[in-house]
Amino acid sequence: MQIPLALQFVNLLASMLLLIVFAMLAQRRILSLINLFAWQGALLALSTFVVAYTTAQHHLYYSAALTLLLKVIVLPWLLHRLIRKLNIRWDVETLLNIPTTMLAGIALVIFSFNLAAPISQMSQGITRGLIGIALASVLLSLLMMLTRRKAVTQVVAFLSLENGLFFAATSATQGMPLVVELGIALDVLVATFIFGIFFFQIRETFDSLDITHMEKLKDD
Amino acid sequence: MIDLQLMALLGIPLLGGMLLALFGARPWAAELNSLMSGCTFIASVVLTLRVIDAGPQTAFNEQFFIDQFNVFLVALTAFVAFTTSLFSRPYMRIEQHHGKLSTSMLHLYYSMYQLFTFTMLVALTTNNMGIIWVAMEAATLTTVLLVSLYRTPASLEAAWKYFILCGVGIALALFGTILLYFAAERVLGEGGTALLWTHLNQVKGQLEPTVLKLAFVFLLVGYGTKIGLVPLHSWLPDAHAEGPTPVSAVLSGLLLNVALCAVMRSKVLVDGSLGTHFAGNLMMGFGLLSVVVAALFLSRQKDIKRMFAYSSIEHMGLITFAFGMGGPVATFAAMLHMTMHSLTKSAIFYAVGHAVQKCGTQQMEHIRGLMQVSPTVGWGLALGTFAILGMPPFGVFASEFLIITTAMHEYPWTTPILLAALGIAFAAVFGKVQPMVFGETTVKPLPHPPALIPVFLHLVLVLILGLYMPPYLANWYRQAAALLG
Repeated sequence: MQIPLALQFVNLLASMLLLIVFAMLAQRRILSLINLFAWQGALLALSTFVVAYTTAQHHLYYSAALTLLLKVIVLPWLLHRLIRKLNIRWDVETLLNIPTTMLAGIALVIFSFNLAAPISQMSQGITRGLIGIALASVLLSLLMMLTRRKAVTQVVAFLSLENGLFFAATSATQGMPLVVELGIALDVLVATFIFGIFFFQIRETFDSLDITHMEKLKDD
Repeated sequence: MIDLQLMALLGIPLLGGMLLALFGARPWAAELNSLMSGCTFIASVVLTLRVIDAGPQTAFNEQFFIDQFNVFLVALTAFVAFTTSLFSRPYMRIEQHHGKLSTSMLHLYYSMYQLFTFTMLVALTTNNMGIIWVAMEAATLTTVLLVSLYRTPASLEAAWKYFILCGVGIALALFGTILLYFAAERVLGEGGTALLWTHLNQVKGQLEPTVLKLAFVFLLVGYGTKIGLVPLHSWLPDAHAEGPTPVSAVLSGLLLNVALCAVMRSKVLVDGSLGTHFAGNLMMGFGLLSVVVAALFLSRQKDIKRMFAYSSIEHMGLITFAFGMGGPVATFAAMLHMTMHSLTKSAIFYAVGHAVQKCGTQQMEHIRGLMQVSPTVGWGLALGTFAILGMPPFGVFASEFLIITTAMHEYPWTTPILLAALGIAFAAVFGKVQPMVFGETTVKPLPHPPALIPVFLHLVLVLILGLYMPPYLANWYRQAAALLG
């Protein structure tokens, strides 16, 4: 089957997106993690732009611009500022070691491709596989959230999860209605601010950003 | 006309949030908070009367949709938000007097309280499945800083857990919404109308069943985290126990209902598309599991607010189960139970709040003899507990009775499980509340008189509805149940 060039390009971007999530899963340094997150945002903006161009959906240009602004510039800048202020650069401790996490990640990718298979078959060639990739990156981000100990890494994982969802929204469907996208962007921005407030509160209270201190509330 | 009424309903709490963001530190902030909530309640009554009179309608270029089902939740939400604001006025003053809260914390509390009401009302009235998601997430964001209001290690941990778990849950719900849009786009075309519930409802028979099936799983798991369905419930007891009591009351009495409303909206679409009982079965499964697990956890609790949080999980499970069974009677019973649970549980939290303030601890073994020092708090807690455990003549009995008799008729195998769980819950809660209310006292007097009007107002309403359901109300609920199918 002949696939138009633009779609091949979107598919390429999708696979790079998946690759970046794997890279994030394996990354130990918080600083590199944030940079990877910014790259992920850039890929997302680019793929949104390509979809906007090929389908001539004008509102997608706005959402591409919004992604570029929010996820490549504002959020990474905020996170960089935060870790400078809190003075944490190093050591992302993982609860599971990296190779095990990667293996679990591969299993998740297979699972999500299987789950999305019936849907991919329905879409007319355009978005084949993209829903699977989006679902895989959502689940991989979830895995990252579960296996990391530091509050900052959990937040980066949360934001990367949001990116995976956004990719599903723009590439697999041709973008959600603009009101919804704006609402989602606002929520993400506010959430990041609240995370920032939290970091300071947590540090003030526990003298560290290690969430293992926060396992006191349990049912005995 | 409907535009104007809706604008009042949504505008008042939004304005209240802004005003309180400016003046929240003033001594009269608590009164302003109650005033705004009172106006919101009046606006909701006006809207309710109109919708019941004229039937379902859309507003603002179809962006909002109000029918008998969501207007019932609008009225309930506005009412409980109003009474909770009345309760929080003396409650928060006492907390401030005890030195647990500073003026700046109260400032945050008041403005977030109004914004929280606003986000819930938006989530209930919007016609756009995407905006429901945005409003649900916003509701989490407005309450997360309220859960950590006391800044204790435990409250920070609870708030973090709440934030992360609900964030993840709600992200899965967004994936479900995207899948829904993916299916809708092929029928309704691209653009603004493909996520509007009224449009989706018209074409639900043409939506692709495989996609909707997957979408519903994600939506149920996502919003189910917010409802507190087992096994996604672990944030709920922490957030309820560590946050200030008025926040526990609105989280338990209102937010859980709003999330359930979103699930019900999706269920109607999925049922129409699949033509099977898939969605209902899934909801029954989650509901039954929640009832059983929560009942078993109840007896192990030491913290009074945690215990009633588990009781909320149990009741939300029961409501989800009843909605899952479907049919006019079960849906009617589920809505009745939603009303009863909201009124009773918030009344209990008001009484518990004052009891905890009197004893200075949430540990149940140190709360003793409430009846001796403050008969009103003691009776409030005792009667509220009777009501929530489903003792006649309170309204919870009526709704639970309806749910169980329907289950006996439709799914007989579930009846012994439900009855056993309710029995275990009864024994656990009653056994713990009894010595707290009666027995020897350890209690000191409060610096401000407690707010007990809301407690008894709610309990009297529950009692009246248990004894006699006005035809107007019964008719309203029946119409709403018919809409949900």
